[in-house]
Amino acid sequence: MKRWIPLIVFLILVGFFAKGLFLNPREVPSPFIGKAAPAFTLPVVGDANTSFSPADMKGKVWVMNVWAPWCVSCRQEHGLLMALAQSQPTPIVGLNWKDKQREAEQLLAQQGSPYFAVPNDLSGKVGIDYGVTGTPETYVIDKEGIVRMKHVGPISPDIWKEKFEPKLKELGV
Amino acid sequence: MSRGRMSWQLFSRSLLFSLALVSAPAAWAAEAESIGADPAIEQRMIKLSEELRCLVCQNESLAGSHAELAEDLREEIRVQMKAGKDDKEVINYLTTRYGDFVLYRPPFKPLTLLLWFGPALFLALGAGVWYFTLKKRRNLKETPVDEKQLAAAAHLLEDNK
Repeated sequence: MKRWIPLIVFLILVGFFAKGLFLNPREVPSPFIGKAAPAFTLPVVGDANTSFSPADMKGKVWVMNVWAPWCVSCRQEHGLLMALAQSQPTPIVGLNWKDKQREAEQLLAQQGSPYFAVPNDLSGKVGIDYGVTGTPETYVIDKEGIVRMKHVGPISPDIWKEKFEPKLKELGV
Repeated sequence: MSRGRMSWQLFSRSLLFSLALVSAPAAWAAEAESIGADPAIEQRMIKLSEELRCLVCQNESLAGSHAELAEDLREEIRVQMKAGKDDKEVINYLTTRYGDFVLYRPPFKPLTLLLWFGPALFLALGAGVWYFTLKKRRNLKETPVDEKQLAAAAHLLEDNK
């Protein structure tokens, strides 16, 4: 028995390393889960006189997708978001993050907009308030305005099915 | 034009070129400095952001990163410091947004106890194993060797000479 101890210790170590190897280092736990989504008021892309604020969404479960026209992996999920806007009831708000070239309006006109509203976060301050580290990032916010989930990186159909759908169901969508 | 003059020209040109190369970083530094007008705040900002993680390039500090987000965050730290906030308030601003992950020095709390005491725990564990191994070794009785075996051993040694 005794001579197996080093091997057992070694295998435990290998187990830890293997687990660590397959973790996504981008998936940093968000301190906002279970807390109120930070408030903001931003003008909407394409219409500087209209503004959007998370308070407008009180009473609704909604999804906030942080994206940018310069972000390549956002294009990857654009098709899926378009389909989701058609097929399911949860409104998707697209926070346009640091769009210094002001390309969002044109891009959405060309490729279609899956978004319920597109607040324009030109300085990137609102993104920082939400702890955004890069685009795309997607938040699920409940009826009381509390952040329930955060997903880092583009959404795939599988991720939507496995991660978002159960959460939205739980929140009563 | 003589050959000597030609090479002199070449030499002076390459000298100028290398001088330009050497002085280029200095020019850059001067440019960067003008953004943070107040050198005291600049120094405080750099000192603080060396202890913070850049969230884009996770193995770089916020002070050393060229990522755009890092630049924005450094600017935010500058603004807050200028507004009179102390280091603790600035760190609080960042941790409420990005979590403890931004800190290279993890905070001391129940969740991080194992992180802080883990090394000491392993050291104690090792010391324990060492102590008991030594103790066991000391308790080993010397096994008596009989004459016959000794003679056989001497014989073998003898043979090998």
